[in-house]
This record gives sequence, structure tokens and C-alpha cells, in this order.
Amino acid sequence: MAQPKLSLKEKYQLMTRGLDWETTYQPMDKVFPYDKYEGIKIKNWDKWEDPFRLTMEAYWKYQAEKERKLYAILDSFSQNNGQLNLSDARYMTAIKLWLQGITPLEYYAHRGFAHVGRQFRGAGARVACQMQALDELRHAQTQMHAFSHYNKHFGGFHQANHLRDRAWYLSIPKSFFEDAMGAGPFEFVTSISFAFEYVLTNLLFMPFVSGAAYNGDIATTTFGFSAQSDESRHMTLGIEVVKFVLEQHEDNVPIMQRYIDKWFWRGYRLLALVGTMMDYMLPRKVMSWAEAWGIYWEENGFALFNDLSRYGIRMPKYHEVATKEKMHITHQAWSVFYTACPATGFHTWLPQPYEMDWLSDKYGETFDRFYRPRFELFGQMEKAGNRFFTNRLPLVCQTCQVPDFFTEVDNPMKQSVRHYQWKGMKFNFCSDGCKDIFVNEPEKFCQAYIPPQQIYQGNAGGARTLPEYAAWLRCPMGSEAGDYYSSDDYQNWLKWHGGKDTTPSTAAA
Amino acid sequence: MSVEIKTTNIEPLRQTFDHIEVRIGKGKAATRYQEAVHDFQATQNFHYRPTWDPAFDLFDIRRTRIRLDDFDQLIDPRQYYYAPYTLQRARQQEAQDNNFGLIEKRKLFEAITPEWQDRIEHLVLPLRHAEWGANTNNCYISAYGYGAPFTSAALMQAMDRLGIAQYLTRIALALEGGQQMLDRIKVAWLDHPDWQPMRHLMEDAMVTKDWFELHLIQNFLLDGAVFPFAYVHVDQLISAQAGIGYGLATEFMRDWYAESIRWTDAALKVVVKFSDENRALLNSWVMAWEPRVREALAPLANAAFGANAAAITEAIFAELSARRVKLGLAE
Amino acid sequence: MSVANDATHNKVFISFQNNEEARPIIESILEDNPGAVVSEMPAMIKIDVPYLLVVRRSTIEEKIGRNFDLQSMHINLISLAGNIEESEDEFILAWGPSGHSA
Repeated sequence: MAQPKLSLKEKYQLMTRGLDWETTYQPMDKVFPYDKYEGIKIKNWDKWEDPFRLTMEAYWKYQAEKERKLYAILDSFSQNNGQLNLSDARYMTAIKLWLQGITPLEYYAHRGFAHVGRQFRGAGARVACQMQALDELRHAQTQMHAFSHYNKHFGGFHQANHLRDRAWYLSIPKSFFEDAMGAGPFEFVTSISFAFEYVLTNLLFMPFVSGAAYNGDIATTTFGFSAQSDESRHMTLGIEVVKFVLEQHEDNVPIMQRYIDKWFWRGYRLLALVGTMMDYMLPRKVMSWAEAWGIYWEENGFALFNDLSRYGIRMPKYHEVATKEKMHITHQAWSVFYTACPATGFHTWLPQPYEMDWLSDKYGETFDRFYRPRFELFGQMEKAGNRFFTNRLPLVCQTCQVPDFFTEVDNPMKQSVRHYQWKGMKFNFCSDGCKDIFVNEPEKFCQAYIPPQQIYQGNAGGARTLPEYAAWLRCPMGSEAGDYYSSDDYQNWLKWHGGKDTTPSTAAA
Repeated sequence: MSVEIKTTNIEPLRQTFDHIEVRIGKGKAATRYQEAVHDFQATQNFHYRPTWDPAFDLFDIRRTRIRLDDFDQLIDPRQYYYAPYTLQRARQQEAQDNNFGLIEKRKLFEAITPEWQDRIEHLVLPLRHAEWGANTNNCYISAYGYGAPFTSAALMQAMDRLGIAQYLTRIALALEGGQQMLDRIKVAWLDHPDWQPMRHLMEDAMVTKDWFELHLIQNFLLDGAVFPFAYVHVDQLISAQAGIGYGLATEFMRDWYAESIRWTDAALKVVVKFSDENRALLNSWVMAWEPRVREALAPLANAAFGANAAAITEAIFAELSARRVKLGLAE
Repeated sequence: MSVANDATHNKVFISFQNNEEARPIIESILEDNPGAVVSEMPAMIKIDVPYLLVVRRSTIEEKIGRNFDLQSMHINLISLAGNIEESEDEFILAWGPSGHSA
């Protein structure tokens, strides 16, 4: 019974394609009720090119090997108190933000891909989405396990779950993903697989995770790179979805362009947090946000859009704005976190002299002219025993929910604010990009649960003041919030190191 | 930097996260399973109603009629989070891959006569489509269910079903003329009268909205009939004629089923135990769907066992009934 | 708006964890892609090539002296950019419609 040897592609096709069938006892539109209402036209699902040809057998085999390696390292990390090898405990703020803000997104992604993995009519697309759903569960869980050890020794981790649905700054990632998940299936995969994963997550997983390695965080490095190896499959799904949809019907092009415009901007705004992690929370520096943006967006992102131009897709709207802002946003965001930290689950600080010099080196006149003076003023206030904290929550954008610290692209002295009247209500935005998104879908974005407004309406356990709100968040000053140098984390760190302050004096290891 | 570490200096501040501590008690170390599943799913302050189903929140307890005060009680007795799950399946797939290697190397399928090959093709292999249906249904549970412990296990269940569909495909490909056989199998699934009640039932399940009802239909009733039928009774029948090769090819399915029903039953048990209303609801679902499952199995049992069909079917459903009683449901 | 359409803006890349298992893969890529540029960052290596990059099974197998399954590359892979064409023998990343012939 000699069977001709099958190629990888043929074998995968036989293993996956043809498993599905046209239902007849129930109408197909009832079995798959959600994949038409966006107006995307699919003529032939069989034209779908499987991005990766992994059978379940191969999936189990390779993923198990990754897990075996990962958990061996996590075990040894906790057995050897790996946290002691960090460059400095300030670094923990980045990891707290990760657990509070990014890990929940992995979980949302898991559920979101289960949703589209159920709803697409084509078997090939569904299998790819289902595998991604399982991968995303992996990421959520491995992050929880990697951070479990840090939770035993630092503040800001133990109540992350409580903060997830309540903290004002965490409604930035939460609203981002709920927006994507609540959209139609095609918009969901375009938003997450394409705009977020293909175009933007390299910025998080490559330079930041490499920075984690540089700062002695073996736990994050290990799960980060291991997760990104799944991510390369997901990115490929992202580009395949976009090409497949564009090839199916010309009417799909403007819809996809709108999705790409929207989600490039949404993702870019979300990444302001990541940029701040790179520039301000890594005591030892690897690469600045501006440099990373240059490599992963201006080089790699442009290459992608050059490739897509043959389908009639242009660069995402407002990409020039993003590139111009690269010299500013991380400094602006850190200023907000520095002053608003009493109502967060992490500590902040002023950059050390070596960090100010590094920022000058990376951001040149922009930093020296607009941001160095601000930090120096804060420094003088600290010295005078009057560390500056804000006493109210910031105004946030109705769309991205980032506090509106952004400035006009051509005038860094002028705050960027946009307004829009809709059904007798006035809404505020941080940018034209965010305003456009609202104007396209006002019924959706008017629903946003905007934390500062909710708090002042008494929907945060009745808190009326910032300290009351912080108490409701379970984030008292010292153990969880406020300045790093008056924190329990800092005191413990000194104790573990025999009283020695390990704050580096240079950016290099 | 060199650091002198005295272990007494680095006593942990706490053993686990607050949300786990609430469940297991203060000062207790949590298991990785507990930290991997509990309270991962958001429960409040949702920003936007989904455009695909604006009557509900993104995650909404009203998507099922069962009631629990805490859906995180639906834990997996196997304690599967991603790592132990993939490690276990990787071990099983290695064994199963070896089985297929042995079948090929020792030409074990050559002992199967054309007549018995036809019977395998007719009685068992169309299940690759039923497995795809089971994948669809469990993916639904994972997407629209409530609470990370249950929905995460449902996704593993969905992927397992894809794996089983692929193993059934491998069996076909290992038989004479396997590629053409795959086309015939699909025709049988779509048109052969023996398979129509099964496909009809599967399609009705695929439009069932209540995710816990779907769990009961797919993972309890349908699997509870199909797996003993196909991989125990039919397996014995075929193995008696076709030698040991065939049994090696279906080993994964038997091991998998024995393991998966621990999860299936554990969830049902929690739900039944919680309230009489839940129990009554589950009993009503069994009343509604079990006859359909019997109907779906009947032509296949007749084709396989002829005169013995009734006895074998009764044995299968008696087993299912015994499981129900153990769970606190009506016989 | 105009986007530069030169070699800098048509780079594909692949990156790996900097470890023993990835070494022969990286060496093979450098051998098979003369235009490759390597950048090292802590714990990772990134390889950029204008337009097209190929990973060849045969080159890796020569280096390790045993069989190699290209799919096992995923274990140490970190990220990539480019359209993918995957077979048992080659893994290709490319930009542009003509990118599918190495």
C-alpha cells in the first residue's frame, strides 16, 4: 500500500481542510451568525493560505518543549531568589504595570480568538484562530507564574486583579481590548493580529524584553521571548487575514483601510505606556523608544505597507503624527505617572543624573529644552521636602482613555485637545486620530466607562478624594504607591543588600 | 555586584495574590493551577456592549440558564493549565506517533481485508467530521462561557477534538487509497442515511445558545454514547478481524475519553449540587436531548452489530445513566 | 504621502534567542543570505536582509550532522517580518509579489 509521500502543505490540507461542511439541517447563517454584518465579502474561504502548517500533534510537541524549558527556568529563578539579581528595584514598576495592564490583555486575547475561532466560516482560518486562542491562554498563565515570585517580595502585584477593572490608568488597556473584542470578527483579527501584533508588538517584546535580560530579570526574559515565538505565528495570521480579505473583494479594501487606520492609532496610543517602560523604568538602558520606533515602525512597518500597497492599502492615517511624537510622548507620560502615582499600584521617581544624560543623548534638544527643566524643577521640590503630587485625576481622552498629556505636533508647549458634540453631549479627545475614531462609531464610544468621571460620580466605593480612591484601589502610599525612595520596596531592597543602595550610576551594565 | 545573601533576610511578604488568598486562606501557598485560572476573567466595568450581541455584556452570566454564585467553582479535576496540558498531550502524541510508525513499519494495516477496511470507513472514520463539530461546540463554550477555569478547559477540549479528527485522518491515510477515502467519508457524513441523524443532531447542537446546555449535549451525552460505541465496541469488533494494528491506531481516543469525562462530570456535579433549580434544568435537558443521541446512534449500531445492536446500545446508555445517577441527576 | 521604497524600507527580519540551539540556525542563515546584517541585543539576535531571507534545512543539517525539522525552529524563534513560504526544505521570508522564488 505505497502512499505517495505528502508535502507539508498537502498533509496539512488533508488534516484540516474538508473537516468542515455546509450545514443543511440548520442554515449556515444561523450556525455562523456574525461573519457578515461588517460588510466584508468572502467569496471563497478555500483561498485561505494557512499561515503555519502545524497539526495538533506538532503543536503539542513543540509547545510542550517550550513549556518544559520555561518552567525549569522559572523554578530555578524562584528557588534562587532571582529578584536579588535585578539591576535595581525601580525596575519592578515596569513589571507591575505588565501584570496589571498587559497580562489581562493576554486573557482577553484568549477569549477573543476563541470567539472568532468559533465564528469564521472557513476551517483554515478557524484553526489558526483557535491555536492562537490557546497560545494566548499560555501567555496569560505563564506571566502570572513568572510574576508569582515577585508578588511574594514586592508590592503592587497582589492586588493586580482588583486593579484590573478599577484603576483609572488600566482602563487604557481594558477599553482597548474590549473595543476590539466587541467589534465584528474581521475587525477583531485586523485589530489584534495585524495592527497590534504584526505592526506594534515587536516594540514591546523585542527591545523591552531584551532590556529585561539586561536588567537581570530572567523570569520576564524567558516568558517574553518564549511568548514571542508564538507571536510570530500570530503575526503571520495577521498578515494572512488582511491579504485574504483584500483579495476576496474590492469592496473590502475601504473597510480594511478604516480598520487599519483605527487600530494603528489605538495601538500606538496604548504603546505610550510601553515606551515609558523602556525609557524610564529600565535602570540599565538598551534602546530608547524613539530608536525602537525607528527600527520597528519606520523600517519594518514601512516595508510591510510597501508590500500591501499592491492591494490598494496606504499607510495608516496619522502615522506621520506618531513619528513626530516619538521624541515627546514618553517624557510626557512619565511626568503624569510621576505626579499621579499616589493613585496607582506602582512607584515612580525622578530620573537619576545618569539617566537624564542618557535621555539627553537619545532625545537631544527636545529633552533638554522641554523636559529636563521640568524634571529639574521637580527635583528642587523634592529637595525642599515638597515632592510634587497631583491632587486630582487627569482628564482622559474619550477614545484611548490616556490622560491628555499630549501636545500639538508642531508646538510642544500647547496641549492637544479636540472636542466633539454628539447628541447634546460634549466629548474630549487627545488627538485628531482619537476624535476620528469616535466620529466613526459614536454609539460605541459614548458608552466608554471613563474612570475619573465614574469616581467623581461616586462609583468608586463612594471615594470623593484621591486618598479615598487610593484606599479603594488597595494602594496605600509606601507599600504600594507614591515615590519609590519612600517605598517599602526600596527599604526591603536595601535590607536584602546589606543596606547598600544599588541604584546604577551608568546606563550600561 | 557581589551580594551576601542571608536567607533569613528575605522572608516572603505574602504567599500568593489577594484574589487567590480569598479562595484558599491567608498564608497558604497557592498551586500553579490556582494562580493560572482563578478570576482571570473580567467581571465588571465593561466599556462597550459587543456589536455582535448587544443584549449582553462581553462576559455575561445570563448566557446560560444555570445559576452559580461563583462560576470559578467549575474547576478542572485534572488541574490543567497550559503547561501540564501540553506536556500530557505531547507524551500521548509521542506514544500515538510511535503506534502509527509501528503500523507502517510492520505493515500492520495490510492484515485488514477490503471488506473490513470498508467497515472502518463506514462506521468510524466519518467521525472526523463529528469531531470537528465537537471542536466547534467546545470553542463556543470557551468563547461565551463564564469564568476562566471552565472556559480555559473547554478550549483544551476543543483542541483535543481537532487532534482526534486529525488522528482519524491519519488512519484513513494509512489505509489503502486513503486520500480518495477522505472524499468518500465526507460524502457519507453529508448523505449516507446512517449518518444523517448524527449530523442533524450535531447541527442542532451547533446552534444551541446556552453554553452549559451545550456542554451537557456534546461532552456528556454525545461523547458518552459515541466514544464507548466507536472506540470500545466497534474497536473490539474490528480488532477481532483486523489484528492488533487497528487498536493501536485508536489508543489515543480511548485514553483521552477516560480522562476527559473526569472534567465533564466534575462540572455537572458542581452545577447539580448548587441548587434544585439547576438539577431540574439539567434533567430537562437530558430528557430533551438523550432521545436524539439514541436516534443518532441507532443506524450505526445496526450497521455494526445487526442483531446485537440493541443489547450493545443498552449497555452504552446504561453506563451513561449510571454516571447521571452518580452526579445526582435522574436516571 | 510617499513612503521610501528602498532597501532600508524593504527589509525582512528574523530573530532568535541567543543560545546554543539557535547557533547553527543563525550560522546557516548568514551563510545562505549574503546580504544579511546581524544585530546583537541582550539575549537575542536579529538578522535583517533586504527583500528576502531563506532558511535552508540542508545547510543546518550539514552543520549539526543530523536530521533537522524546520518546524522545530519555532522553539528558539523570537520574531520575524515578511511574507512566509514554508516547506520541508526551506523557510522563506519575503516582501513583494515576486518574493516567492529564492
